[in-house]
Amino acid sequence: MAGRTVTRADLCEVVYQKVGLSRTESAALVELVLSEMCDCLARGETVKLSSFGSFIVRDKGERVGRNPKTGIEVPIDPRRVMVFKPSNVLRARINGIEVEDEA
Amino acid sequence: MIKSELVLLIAEQNPHLYQRDVENIVNAILDEITRALARGDRVELRGFGAFSVKKRDARVGRNPRTGETVSVAEKMIPVFKTGKEMRQRLNGAAPTSRSRGAARARA
Repeated sequence: MAGRTVTRADLCEVVYQKVGLSRTESAALVELVLSEMCDCLARGETVKLSSFGSFIVRDKGERVGRNPKTGIEVPIDPRRVMVFKPSNVLRARINGIEVEDEA
Repeated sequence: MIKSELVLLIAEQNPHLYQRDVENIVNAILDEITRALARGDRVELRGFGAFSVKKRDARVGRNPRTGETVSVAEKMIPVFKTGKEMRQRLNGAAPTSRSRGAARARA
């Protein structure tokens, strides 16, 4: 595996290269895109990004878990989780298949 | 929220940008994440989550309707793990200005 980790800094660089904005502004916009997505999800709303995937918020009920090391039962409180459902386009691209974007 | 709504929301906060620029920005971000995953890289966005890829071995599947066996080739699948701060926010914890700033400084 390549094993490199891409971070915000890399995304900012790409935005800077592709859109004619300053580095500072590119960074601020990358941050804004992420924070708008976070805010939306924090409200419990789904974020659907066509040809990429969807982030969905799910409510998990209370259940009894078990500490795998000690075997002691512990209650797991109801909680909200976020799941990512990759689009078919993303799945295909990761496997080296280029696909036409669906609008 | 869908992509066009996200674009609109950001364009409203940046009246000096064309909507098309904002669209390009959003697409550039998503495209770079996709290309990183296609290379087998990990994408880590503090405060949001991390994307990575996992290999699924080739297997013999079955068409559930006809019962025919079909071979399924080996493939890579994208996986997403929600970040710690995001997980807390989903469960009602307000984002602290400190952790937001820290996330930015680290990235």
